[in-house]
Amino acid sequence: MAEIKFEEALKKLEKIVSDLEAGKLSLDESLKKYEEGVRLVAACSKLLEQAQKKVEVLTKKEGIFQLKPLEDEEIAKNTD
Amino acid sequence: MRIEGKGLKQERRVYSVSELTEDIKVLLENTFPEVWVEGELSNFSQSQSGHIYFSLKDINSSLRCVFFRGLNQGLKFSLKDGLHCLAYGRLIVYAPSGQYQLNVQKLEPKGAGALQLAFEQLKEKLAKEGLFAAAHKRALPLFPLRIGLITSPVGAAIQDILNILRRRAPFVKIILNPVKVQGSGAAEEISRAIVEFNQYKEVDVLIVARGGGSLEDLWAFNEEIVARAIYNSKIPLISAVGHEIDWTIADLVSDLRAPTPSAAAELVVKQKEDLSLELGHLLQSMNASVNNKLKILSKELLTLKGAYVLKYPLNFIQIYLQRIDELQHRLALETKHLLETSQHRFIHLTEKLNVLSPLNVLSRGYSITFKLPEMNVLTDSSQINVSDKIQTRLKSGKVFSEVLNKEEFQNG
Repeated sequence: MAEIKFEEALKKLEKIVSDLEAGKLSLDESLKKYEEGVRLVAACSKLLEQAQKKVEVLTKKEGIFQLKPLEDEEIAKNTD
Repeated sequence: MRIEGKGLKQERRVYSVSELTEDIKVLLENTFPEVWVEGELSNFSQSQSGHIYFSLKDINSSLRCVFFRGLNQGLKFSLKDGLHCLAYGRLIVYAPSGQYQLNVQKLEPKGAGALQLAFEQLKEKLAKEGLFAAAHKRALPLFPLRIGLITSPVGAAIQDILNILRRRAPFVKIILNPVKVQGSGAAEEISRAIVEFNQYKEVDVLIVARGGGSLEDLWAFNEEIVARAIYNSKIPLISAVGHEIDWTIADLVSDLRAPTPSAAAELVVKQKEDLSLELGHLLQSMNASVNNKLKILSKELLTLKGAYVLKYPLNFIQIYLQRIDELQHRLALETKHLLETSQHRFIHLTEKLNVLSPLNVLSRGYSITFKLPEMNVLTDSSQINVSDKIQTRLKSGKVFSEVLNKEEFQNG
């Protein structure tokens, strides 16, 4: 799945809305924009719905960065 | 000194310099094994090897002090002449020059604590360099999806941050770079983590966090190396160190200072609900615009459908048929008129021609005479000679004659 940037998607959406609101597009163009807008809304909503369950830890091995999941037990409480 | 009047048996006690110095050394060093001294710093200098030399003085006296490299490296604040200090150390006699000095083990500024002073000094230095300048602060991303967290994997700070992020924005990905947040090496770990995230690049924003603690506990966040790492970070950075009242150098350099780790988590992400709402609004606006467009277009279509032309197409044609009829009629009329006018004109011209015809003159008794055989019309007797043959044209018929005589009129 191509990763979409929420911020960019939202900006695109806002542009689409303002283009549509200006009402200067042909019906064909309007419908195309609308279709794209609906697609973006769906992608953004999906993004909001996906839950990242695990925290990942950034590690560097021989100059290459890797992510490995951090288990909850590793985050002990009140040991600060 | 001379000792006289005593018995010969009494010998003079003569010390060698080394012996005396040794005795003084033992006496002095045993009497003042460890001591706190208060005074004003002067003659401050630092050798290439890192040892620090200075004097502590007050109105009447001065004490030479040495602060060796291995001991002075933990010094947080910087030394300069005039600084009022408390020095702790051992008195030492330096035999080669016969001088005594204080070998300093600890040095504290008088009044404000050492850390406080160090904080103020670093703050002043970095402020001069522009590290706190508002112009340098990076804008925080409006919708970060990946957050780089620099803190201890154990402790309240990470707990608080994770709790809030999981509740408010479960869609956000959290990448932890675990570091020591206090003690020796903590500042280095924190600054290295910032550098690593900048190399890794795949995060939208960084949070550097630590729970509350004493000034000593928070000290790593007042280290220059951390301040510089924050300043050089390309990724926007939020600092969240200690409680609301704790301000660190890291807070001053960071792009946003959150009063607590929890606050940092709240500041960094918009709530999922708010974002969903915003998306909903955008969708609504789109729907409204498109619906509006369709409404306008269908209205236009209706208007067109109701147009007279489309409703009564035959009427439209009939109008033209009628017009063609009319034109045809007019054309006929005009043609007739033109014909009549021409006829009248012809008759008139014929009459006019009649009047002017020479034949008409003949009928009144005049005649025309031609010279034969050329048939030239004669108007003057000089045109002809006697015996020439002539023809005379009358109203009806011709007469052929021979000239008998001629007479010329005088011109006049």
